[in-house]
Amino acid sequence: MSKTNLTRRGVLKSGAVAGAGVALPTIFTASSAAAYTNEPTGGTVTLGFNVPQTGPYADEGADELRAYELAVEHLNGEGDGGMMPTFSSKELQGNGILGKKVNFVTGDTQTKSDAARASAKSMIEKDGAIMISGGSSSGVAVAVQGLCQEAGVIFMAGLTHSNDTTGKDKKANGFRHFFNGYMSAAALAPVLKNLYGTDRKAYHLTADYTWGWTQQESIAAATEAMGWETVNNVLTPLAATDFSSYIAPVLNSGADVLVLNHYGGNMVNSLTNAVQFGLRNKQVNGKNFEIVVPLFSRLMARGAGENIKGIVGSTNWHWSLQDEGSKAFVKSFGTKYGFPPSQAAHTVYCQTLLYADAAQRAGTFNPCGIVEALEGFEFDGLGNGKTLYRAEDHQCFKDVLVVKGKENPTSEFDLLEVVEVTPAAQVTYPPDHPMFAGGALGTCNPGA
Amino acid sequence: MDGIILQILNGLDKGSAYALIALGLTLIFGTLGVVNFAHGALFMIGAFCAVFVQRLLNLSFETVDPGKTDFLGNPSMVKTPYIESWFGHDIGSAIIDWSVPLAVLFSIPVMILIGFVMERGLIKHFYKREHADQILVTFGLAIVLQEVIKAFYGANPIQTPAPEALSGIATLADGIVYPVWRIVYFCFATVIIGGVFAFLRFTTFGMVVRAGMEDRETVGLLGINIDRRFTIMFGIAAAVAGMAGVMYGPINAPNYHMGMDFLVLSFVVVVVGGMGSLPGAVAAGFLLGILESFASTTWATTTIPGINQIIIYLVAIIILLTRPRGLLGKKGVME
Amino acid sequence: MFGLNKKDSALLLLVAILTMMAPFILNPFPTDSGLAQFNAGYPDLMQRFVIFGIFAIGFNILFGLTGYLSFGHAAFLGVGSYSAVWMFKLLSMNILPAVILSVIIAGLFALVIGYVSLRRSGIYFSILTLAFAQMSFALAYSVLTPITNGETGLQLNLDDARILDPVNDSGSLPVTSLFGLEMRSSFDLAVGPWDFTFSVGYYVCAIFLLLAFYLAIRIFRSPFGMMLRAIKSNQQRLNYTGLNPRPYTLAAFVISGMYAGLAGGLLASMDPLAGAERMQWTASGEVVLMTILGGVGTLIGPVLGAGLIKYFENIFSKINDTVLHGWFSFLPDGIEDFLVTIIHPFVGKGWHLTLGIIFMLVVTFLPGGLVEGGQRIARLFRGKKTKDGADGAKTEPAE
Repeated sequence: MSKTNLTRRGVLKSGAVAGAGVALPTIFTASSAAAYTNEPTGGTVTLGFNVPQTGPYADEGADELRAYELAVEHLNGEGDGGMMPTFSSKELQGNGILGKKVNFVTGDTQTKSDAARASAKSMIEKDGAIMISGGSSSGVAVAVQGLCQEAGVIFMAGLTHSNDTTGKDKKANGFRHFFNGYMSAAALAPVLKNLYGTDRKAYHLTADYTWGWTQQESIAAATEAMGWETVNNVLTPLAATDFSSYIAPVLNSGADVLVLNHYGGNMVNSLTNAVQFGLRNKQVNGKNFEIVVPLFSRLMARGAGENIKGIVGSTNWHWSLQDEGSKAFVKSFGTKYGFPPSQAAHTVYCQTLLYADAAQRAGTFNPCGIVEALEGFEFDGLGNGKTLYRAEDHQCFKDVLVVKGKENPTSEFDLLEVVEVTPAAQVTYPPDHPMFAGGALGTCNPGA
Repeated sequence: MDGIILQILNGLDKGSAYALIALGLTLIFGTLGVVNFAHGALFMIGAFCAVFVQRLLNLSFETVDPGKTDFLGNPSMVKTPYIESWFGHDIGSAIIDWSVPLAVLFSIPVMILIGFVMERGLIKHFYKREHADQILVTFGLAIVLQEVIKAFYGANPIQTPAPEALSGIATLADGIVYPVWRIVYFCFATVIIGGVFAFLRFTTFGMVVRAGMEDRETVGLLGINIDRRFTIMFGIAAAVAGMAGVMYGPINAPNYHMGMDFLVLSFVVVVVGGMGSLPGAVAAGFLLGILESFASTTWATTTIPGINQIIIYLVAIIILLTRPRGLLGKKGVME
Repeated sequence: MFGLNKKDSALLLLVAILTMMAPFILNPFPTDSGLAQFNAGYPDLMQRFVIFGIFAIGFNILFGLTGYLSFGHAAFLGVGSYSAVWMFKLLSMNILPAVILSVIIAGLFALVIGYVSLRRSGIYFSILTLAFAQMSFALAYSVLTPITNGETGLQLNLDDARILDPVNDSGSLPVTSLFGLEMRSSFDLAVGPWDFTFSVGYYVCAIFLLLAFYLAIRIFRSPFGMMLRAIKSNQQRLNYTGLNPRPYTLAAFVISGMYAGLAGGLLASMDPLAGAERMQWTASGEVVLMTILGGVGTLIGPVLGAGLIKYFENIFSKINDTVLHGWFSFLPDGIEDFLVTIIHPFVGKGWHLTLGIIFMLVVTFLPGGLVEGGQRIARLFRGKKTKDGADGAKTEPAE
């Protein structure tokens, strides 16, 4: 009895106070005074940087955060400006975005969909973030992208390599600068053909979850198209730490190439184990046995140590690139932190700049305005050459780097050497490619 | 056939790691009656002993090399480890090369000390408390330990390679090759397990501890200071976990959360082996290791998709349902 | 009141007041002050507080009363979430059928797992439940992807069937609602510098929490609850008196599984995505920690424990160096940097460390968990009257 009373009292009381104060319907409500979710009203605008700060990808997350801080500095006119002077669009003035000073909040994704969404929600609901960016895995990127679509804010994806992010799970409010499994495969295949010939038998070890599957599918399709045979594809549990029982069968399988569709700790361990079993020095069918790691990251390469030498893979960006944009970014980042940036840092820095520039060009923070400004946007000077943000799926199309573990590194950062820069045209695919089919972009959602 | 032998070897290898951790865990259960959720963290700290020793041996002074530039275009520094300048290049680099075996020696006193501090400083106060409280406090400790390691060494794995001489592959029979270090690891585990068993069986100290495991009160009534011996056993358990960690480093690069990865598995191993039974823990470790290896073969995964994901848990369920106290469990221990 | 004695009524009343006033209580700091960082009164976190509160209350019915420590309870939460999202995909965006289905499915799941696991007791039981949950997690992440959408988590799509709902051609996803009342709608109330948010979703969850809490009190005080406690204190004696404890423990297991299912269903109702990590052992461990941290066998403890852990996860993880510098900017530079350096390891990416330290401190100095802390404080104020005050909230842990 008193419980219902209480409820009523609670309601009455809040109603009374509501009468006294100014009751404003807020985000997520149909009838709102604001034009869109979290419309910045004061002299500042808040961006939300949602990166893994705990768990296995914490180091990558930390590097992303560094790049975000740097980007915010540059947007606010502090520091040396980084890639702002080399960026082909000259709208950004160094006075924040649209004259508003840029603030940021940070959160921890824990590399779990749930935690990442909780963190992003708190940024949107509590801190009034107008854009969410970051992440270091595809599951998280897709989950947060879905949330941002529903909430009516823009999502600028960080490190996410699964085809699904801009494939079957694409969303109008989400944008990906990073490359994907298909592009890795398209860039790698010609190089592999040159290096290892067309008569090869490939054995795939694949992380048993969506990213692993899409990458394996892409690589197998691309290598089979040039004449390779896929001998076997073995799915490995994400939780696996010792890969010996997956590597051992490779020895006598007749395969002469091992493709490791692993990332992070899985990649470090499976590669270490493969080298332990002598695969790098093995001869099969009269050829040298080769190992391929389709998605490389320098941070992870460091974890794999010596084992990485001579192993081919692809990467989104590398600090040793000599174009003006990359040089400016490496200089700016290196001066501030004392070591070169990772590809994750680069991609999130670009994303922040691209968002700011889009808002500047659109003249509004309204997500729909930003979507319009980014769709079909062509730019240059951010380190990957001429780049297009395709309107149909919000995927960036740019050059892809094929890299190889360096035999004689000169420093602890100098682990990869660029073998080839595959031009964007070669990795471009039609928006309705079967590997990306099944989803719908929907319409932009300004929330409110 | 070759494939089967290889998978047995893999299984023995995985089993070695499980058995070593489970052994220590059971020692602590059996002697102190404490559920130690920080045991995985001890394994992890052991592995980081190897990282520490490696970093220590690689402590270097820097000289400017005018010929080279770093990534920012400044003249780069060339590092020379002190050890190489003291002992000459050849001996110095040989010492660095053998950092993992050296780390095993280093880890023994360190881990025993950590074990003592843990037991005297924290665990001691929880003997009379409920298991739930023990779980909470040791879990808290595990988190703290791993976060401290993360603060110093970051979240990425750090390689601790085996000595050059032991890092190749060995040809065991025609067509069967196996990494040398993995064989070393298995032998090492056998020696340690044998050592612990011999210690408990053939020394007076071990006899008292065994008696204490059976009936703590009676041993106490006989005027034996059983607590002190239990503290020492805790130190030994910590050292076993630590050495297992050091030796595991070259197989898989240590990272700060490797302890948590092993924690749950080793609990399963201990319970499948049967609470309070040391031989049970060891047997379960090897059994689950071998089964896990076989479940990973293409044959198994095509027959039952996903079997490699769940095999350990499935076997645990089957064993616990057919044998109420695991393989060799004692009646009334944590039942 | 509702068949409760005076103390329990008071407790229920207290919880009711706390949950209903939570938007005020959790937002004590003005929005533009530096301390606003510690405000927890935004919808998502408030919802999480009560949802995990429900989860922990349910867990405590099993663990607190019977002493059976399940290490796989997150599986039921996960199953509940998946069922709810499937209801949103197939049937309707109304949360009621979704929540009902998640409770039922979780209950059935608990019945099967409980029936098998309860053949053993003690740590053998714990490992059995752990094994079932880990199997569920591993399969949901990989092989069962068609049902669970694996790594990404099950989410809504534009082209889902939703047979009861009108055709949606707006190009954006529909939102969860209770007969048209949207879960995500909320009111902002600005009082001076303060800003309070009242979220529909939160109040729906809060009502579920009050129902769950009321039911838990009734179970604790019922003959059935008494029987469960008898199982905890001495199962053998119970056997000798000719009573079979199994049906009772199984009932407790299923009830607590249904609580977890309810929590999972609500979680999906507030945010229609179900990730496999919800079933991982870390998630099961979390509810164990929540319960022990708050106080095993107490009514309110698990809710407090859940609140504390979720607070750290969501608030402390967001404090970065920029925020720290903001707090101490009034101090001279040297001291400011010094303080930031000192605090830095414990916040932001170090929130795990702080949580670990809190676990250790609480369990070392407050053997009964947070509830004991509350009792000690109450004792300070009330002097000698302690004993009866304590009994209302705490049932003596038997052993």
